[in-house]
Amino acid sequence: MSWIENCVPLSIIICLMGGIISSAIKGEAARKLTVTLITAVALMNALVLGYTVRLGHEFVYVMGRFPAPWGNELRAGCLEGLMGLFFSVIMLLSVLGGVRGQNDDIRPGRMNLYFIMINLMMSSLMALVYTNDLFTAYVFVEINTMAACALIMIRDNGHTLVAATKYMIMSLLGSGLLLIGISMLYSITGQLLMPNIRDAVDRLAESGEYAIPLTVIIGLLSVALAIKSALYPFHSWLPEAYGFSTASSAAILSSLVSKGYIFLLIKIFYRVIGMQVMVGHKITNILFAFGIIGMIMGSVTAIRQTDVRHLIAYSSIAQIGYIYMGIGLGSTAGMIAAVFHILSHGATKSMLFIAQRGLVEVSNGSKNFTDLKGSGLRNKLSGVAFAVGAFSMVGIPLLAGFTSKVYFAKAAITAVDAKMWIAMITLAISTILNAVYFIRATISIYTPRNMNYADPKYRPGIMTDIALVCFIALNFFLGVLSYPIYHTIELGLKIFG
Amino acid sequence: MSRKRRDYKSTFYSRIENFVNGKEEFLLYREKKESDVQRLETLEEELTEAADLLEMREELQWMRDHTEPLDFLKRFHRLYGVIAALVCFTMMVLLLVTVSWLPRFGNADNPANNEVIKRYIEKGEEETGAVNIVTGLILNYRGFDTMGETHVLFIAASCVMILLLIAEGEEKRAGYAFDRYLEPKNDIIIQKVAAFLVPMVFVLGIYVILNGHLSPGGGFSGGAIIGAGLIMYVSAYGFRKTERFFNEHVYKVAKVSALCFYVCCLSYYFYMGAHGYDNHISLGTPGNIISSGLILFINIFVGTEVACTMYAFYALFRKGGLE
Repeated sequence: MSWIENCVPLSIIICLMGGIISSAIKGEAARKLTVTLITAVALMNALVLGYTVRLGHEFVYVMGRFPAPWGNELRAGCLEGLMGLFFSVIMLLSVLGGVRGQNDDIRPGRMNLYFIMINLMMSSLMALVYTNDLFTAYVFVEINTMAACALIMIRDNGHTLVAATKYMIMSLLGSGLLLIGISMLYSITGQLLMPNIRDAVDRLAESGEYAIPLTVIIGLLSVALAIKSALYPFHSWLPEAYGFSTASSAAILSSLVSKGYIFLLIKIFYRVIGMQVMVGHKITNILFAFGIIGMIMGSVTAIRQTDVRHLIAYSSIAQIGYIYMGIGLGSTAGMIAAVFHILSHGATKSMLFIAQRGLVEVSNGSKNFTDLKGSGLRNKLSGVAFAVGAFSMVGIPLLAGFTSKVYFAKAAITAVDAKMWIAMITLAISTILNAVYFIRATISIYTPRNMNYADPKYRPGIMTDIALVCFIALNFFLGVLSYPIYHTIELGLKIFG
Repeated sequence: MSRKRRDYKSTFYSRIENFVNGKEEFLLYREKKESDVQRLETLEEELTEAADLLEMREELQWMRDHTEPLDFLKRFHRLYGVIAALVCFTMMVLLLVTVSWLPRFGNADNPANNEVIKRYIEKGEEETGAVNIVTGLILNYRGFDTMGETHVLFIAASCVMILLLIAEGEEKRAGYAFDRYLEPKNDIIIQKVAAFLVPMVFVLGIYVILNGHLSPGGGFSGGAIIGAGLIMYVSAYGFRKTERFFNEHVYKVAKVSALCFYVCCLSYYFYMGAHGYDNHISLGTPGNIISSGLILFINIFVGTEVACTMYAFYALFRKGGLE
């Protein structure tokens, strides 16, 4: 057993410890501790990724003396390693990029509480990525939900309280459905460990026993995670939650929290129920349909927005639609495209949220586009980052968004008749709609007007600059050198089942 | 020891006598001396502040009662109610129908009665050292899940803190004054009952925690009992007296060290287990109080955490802070 395998539980446990210690120290110290820990987690996940890619198969880490199904276990393959690395890097950049926002928006006495939440969020994401047990996943979904709620409401104004309440209601509905689904699944299979459930489900599907409960369970699990990741009809909590929280919180919520749930859903697809049973129950078609509607409706609503935060938020709904469309294609190519889009959307959306904050700072603190005119000239780096993010979302070549759209198109071509046409046409329409609002936003921030808004003494923070440069580099990396990542995802999905 | 002694009034026995006659608070530290005039002044100030707050609350209620919602909003609300009821009803029917298709509860050949349960029941006592199988199951076999569950409680307390913590200055004073206005203090009946009950509640809580591996109970329930005892003490004697032994500092130290030890113990256990090393934890004789290895300690840590959280909830809801 290689020492690298210890990194898997360690990355969960040191973040839990970080959360506990943050509750006892002052805000600034808590931030330093958090940044150090997340960097350590990123390094450990990089090691795990390298190790699993070389290994070519997955490994199991038994948590304690008793092997699963009696005890708990973690399982890591190269897809888990990739996701863990990606989540920790985005978390690190989001926290660094939002340092100034955190200082302004959060009351001094509560800063350490914010970092408790960041630490526990990181820990729960790692657990969701690596767990091999459905009930462990549920426990950490709970932690994730509460931490996300706190990340929204830590910025103390009325809007965030409303947003947090909405988020909590929707998210708890999702948790409830998930728990009901897991309990029903336990009562018909008698297992909680993912591969064991899968064996039992295969047997049940073959014999036709418990057919009705199985269908309902598949529906419950999918709907629960769709609610939690804001698929189109369940998106009502999203605009306010992303629109009024701090920049870091919005970045974390949009690129990590919803993506964590989608990754869990993919795990359920492959490891718990099995892709064939899922496709056999037509749940993929339903997700496909909602994904398609989301792609269009999210963009149409985004066009009407005059507030930059809300524009980015509604664009997220469209992008979540893309991911579900990829999952809904029901093929391996579609799934690879969806996973790749999780990465590219995560890298881009968090950059947009961080850059947006820099632009708003030089526009009298207003998020309205009339005030934002010329802000790209007043704060150069944020302007460039916003433009890169916008172009990436539209799908300009060399950027992450373009590559994921190519993968989606490739996957759509190999799909069955109707799905192929619908997916291709919607991709085209959605790209045009994306271009309408993102190019308009970019032109608007580069229209030289309102130049007197800039405070001559204004300096963007050094941490934000570093984070933005890293984000831009990450975007180009995903856009240009996507093949190794594509290959890793493919290998990871093959290991999955 | 006679009552004729000149300094009888200052003796311990005279205090007992006074306590029996209801003349003096016993078992309590004396309040700090404060000149009566000063105390009256501060009290009056606090009262006016509290009255202002109450008035504002009444005004708000009046405004709520006397404003008419818009017409289309009314219609929307009606429609919304009907649709919500329909959706809920459909969900209910769907879930009930599904449940009727599930395996019958308590059947011997249910899928859930498999080798997993069998090992828990048959070998649980031998492998974990805990007579209470449930405790052995949640703290040893599936210790990782329970660690997450404990952190759910921790994060819940932190969330409440974000919402209700009043960190500084004026607001804090006003909150304190409001608290004094609503809660009559120094109620002799409550205090006497609390003086009698609180120690017993604490002892019961400690018993439930320490017997977690032997009988029903454990860290979660025992901690809740101790927390309830603390809340009872606060309700009877007020925060000033409670904070002589349980203030923010003690709360932080107790909570953080309990959780840290908990995570460290489990990490050691996970590490040794995963590598197949012997973890040198003696399980003892099942049935003894010192047995079952880590479970006893984990119960104590969980109990501390739960008790702290219960008290913190109460303090946060009542006056927005622990100090």
